[in-house]
Parts: sequence; C-alpha cells; structure tokens
Amino acid sequence: MATAGSELSNQSQPLWLLAELTYRCPLQCPYCSNPVEMAKYKNELSTEDWIRVMQQSRKMGATQLGFSGGEPLVRKDLEILIKEARSLGYYTNLITSGVGMDESRIVAFKEAGLDHIQISFQASNEELNNYIGGTKSFQHKYEMARLVKKYEYPMVLNIVLHRKNVSQIKDILDMTVDLNADYVELASTQYYGWSRVNIDQLLPTKEQLMHAESIAREYQEKMKDKMKIIYVIPDYFENRPKKCMNGWGNIFLTIAPDGSALPCHAAGQLPGLQFPNVRDHNVDWIWNDSPDFNKFRGTSWMKEPCSSCDEKHKDLGGCRCQAYMLTGDATNADPVCDKSPFHEKLHGDVERIAKLSGNKEFESKPLIFRNMKNSKEISNKKTPESV
Amino acid sequence: MELKNETILEIVPTFRVQWEEVQNCYVVLYPEGMVKLSQSAGEIMKRVDGKKSISDIIMDVSATFDGADVNEDVMKFLEVVYGNGWIRVK
Ligand code: SF4
Ligand code: SF4
Repeated sequence: MATAGSELSNQSQPLWLLAELTYRCPLQCPYCSNPVEMAKYKNELSTEDWIRVMQQSRKMGATQLGFSGGEPLVRKDLEILIKEARSLGYYTNLITSGVGMDESRIVAFKEAGLDHIQISFQASNEELNNYIGGTKSFQHKYEMARLVKKYEYPMVLNIVLHRKNVSQIKDILDMTVDLNADYVELASTQYYGWSRVNIDQLLPTKEQLMHAESIAREYQEKMKDKMKIIYVIPDYFENRPKKCMNGWGNIFLTIAPDGSALPCHAAGQLPGLQFPNVRDHNVDWIWNDSPDFNKFRGTSWMKEPCSSCDEKHKDLGGCRCQAYMLTGDATNADPVCDKSPFHEKLHGDVERIAKLSGNKEFESKPLIFRNMKNSKEISNKKTPESV
Repeated sequence: MELKNETILEIVPTFRVQWEEVQNCYVVLYPEGMVKLSQSAGEIMKRVDGKKSISDIIMDVSATFDGADVNEDVMKFLEVVYGNGWIRVK
C-alpha cells in the first residue's frame, strides 16, 4: 500500500498491541509463558496509563489489541478499557482462561464493544484440565464457551499441547466441535518461561507429534467450512527456525503489567535490555527510537552463521530468547537451525527426554506450577544475571 | 451458491471492514488478524452494506473509476471474498 507523504512509510508499525494487564491469575499452568520472575512485577499500570498507551499506539497504526495477562478478567476496569479501545477503532481480543467470567460480564463486554473472545482449555477432560491448570475450572470454562457463542462472539479455543495431553488430541478436537468454535489453536508449548522449567515433563515425543499432526489434518479437512484449525508443531523438531514475532520490533508491541515495553512477551529474560516504560516514554519513541526496539531489528546485529546466510531475510535468525537460553548469547543463530553449532546439543536434549519419557519414575517427577510462591523461590535461587 | 446481479450482500458479523488512516487503506479485521485491501477492493467492500444489490455496487464503483467497465472485476472479487467467508447473502 502506498502511504505517500507519511513519515512512517518505510518503517515498521506496531500493528499488534498486546496489553498484559496483570500477572495475577487463578490458574497455575506449568507451561505459562509469563516470566518465571513474575513475582517481581508489582505496581500495575492504572486505567489512565492504559488508555494513554492505547491512544498513542493507535495513532501509530495499531489495529489489533489483545487484552491478556495473567488473567485479564482480574482487572476490574476491563470493561472501561474495552470501551475505550473500541471507540479508538481497535479490533479488541480478550485472551482469557474463562475463570472470573460470568454471563453478566459477557453481556457487559458486548455492550462495551468487545469483538472476540479466546478461551484456553488445558485438556478435554475434567481431571487433566483441572490438574494442569492447578484449579477446578473445567465445567466453568465449558459453560463460558457456550455463553460466548450464545452472545455471538467469534470464538477461538486455544489448547496448549505437550506430552501430558497431546495424545488426547482427538478428544480435544471433538470438544471444540461440540463447543462450536470458529477457530482452534493447537499451540505446541514454546520452551521459555515456565515451560522451560518443566521441559522434562512437557516435551512431547516425535511419535506423539506425528500422531497429533495426522489427526489435526483429518479434522482440518472434515471441518473445512465450519472451523479453522491452526496446528503448530514445536520448532525443537525442525531444522529451520520460525521468523519469531514476525521480526523484532516489526509488528508486535507487548506492554507488561508494570508498563515495560517489549518487542515480544518473552523478551523480559534477555540481558542487556533497558525495558523502556510507558510511564516515562511515549509509544512513538519506544517503537522508533529506543535502543531495545532497534537492538535486533533487521539483520545488521547478526553474527555468523546468520550474517552471511542467504536465508537470513526469511527467518531473521529465529527467536532471540531461544538463542539466549540455549547458547547464552542472544545474538547467536536460534539453535533450531541446523547451521547453528548448538543444534546438535539441542537435539541431544530432545533425544534424552524422548528416551526417558514413558519411564515411570521420570514421568512421576512433579510439575512446577506457575504461582507467586514458586516464582519467588526460583527468583531467589537464581544468581543475579550479569547485564 | 451463485451470485447474481440482484443479490444483496452483507459483511459476515464476525468480520469488520474499516478505514485505517495510518495504513491509508481499508482493512478487514477478524480475530487476531487483518488483511489490507487494495484501493479497488476497498471501494467494493465498503459498499457491501446489506442494502445494495450487486448491480448497485457495480454502478457505484464504476462511477468512482470514471465510468470504467468494472462488471467482471467486481463479480470476480465478490466471489473470492464470498469463498473466504467475509460476506454472505442477506
Ligand atoms: S497460561 Fe495458565 S497460568 Fe498462565 S496466564 Fe494463562 S491461564 Fe494463567
Ligand atoms: S543461519 Fe541464521 S539466518 Fe540462516 S537459516 Fe539459520 S537461523 Fe536463519
């Protein structure tokens, strides 16, 4: 599209604003992508702060707005924020576990102009769902999903897949059919945040994934005109990385509960970032001028093997967080890439877990649930990171 | 389903079409996604309002493009987005 005369014409725009309203959550999913150190994030932004962020981002071209968390329903001002967002012209997405919702709130959201609701399920049966979520929530989620459709929202159901539930993929898909979902996201766990802590318990085997993929394909075909099924396999099993977040500082802008702005919701763990805060800076400066958002933009920051690679524009070197976690240096190639010298090590790890999975003792190792108590414990154990 | 000249179309309620100032174009919005429309596509989609028939739309669009013959292009475009599930018969 030509944007003649616009000073933004050659630059990326924050099309997607992810508002992580809070890290408080009644659930405790052991794969949660929130930072393990979430207990440190106090001091949530006020209603006025959020409204200012939404206004500034909208001016810069943001169109999609996701209210997420934690559990966004915990925020009492959610209705006000939705109303404001909608009047600014955003397409408003509520990304929720469904816990904290009831019929009157669903109606209030509709009146405020909410466009879409995404509900996550942990599994397709009560026992596993409640175990993984660490809360008795299955029946309630089911009822809420029914109500979301009753009030004519488009509904996305999101199920994070891992070794404990991936074999039940058929039941999971039957559940989404029964609930009349418009879209289904079968998202394989990404191994950062809490899922990295629990990787031994969560990483599926190759056989499980192949089985899951064939069933997902079958349902995609069968439900073609009624329901869109998105199935993503974990990139640990691939030889080329994903173009993470569609590129650093390219279309995604995440604001953490305390107001820190991030190019990706997992980037909080990267060393050397300054985390510009929306309390101190406007979104324009953060997006266009802040050191953080320029740090891994484009390709000039790359080292070998990426810098001379002819595929560098395709994947932009993959995920910075994964590179940091698995190699200790965020400017390295994502080790998912088989040109990375760390690729073998990653596959070794995948194989080690594959060999052990099914083993009774290994499988009975407890999951570390995502809650403030565990967050504090893990944060205290960690040696302070050198910046 | 075949689209005819007298067919009246509307946007499926789970999609939204709106003008975006910063992008300088019309866009289609849906859960967690957006498609930017070309100028001609925008001119067609903004007229799908649950009132106009396809021939009204064609006449209208033709007028904005100095009376050009847009008959076939509009029909083709509407068939594609009908297939996408963005529009439906009123
Ligand atoms: S993944 Fe689970 S624990 Fe984390 S925010 Fe979502 S519902 Fe809460
Ligand atoms: S070497 Fe770097 S740029 Fe090339 S394919 Fe691998 S990750 Fe992508």
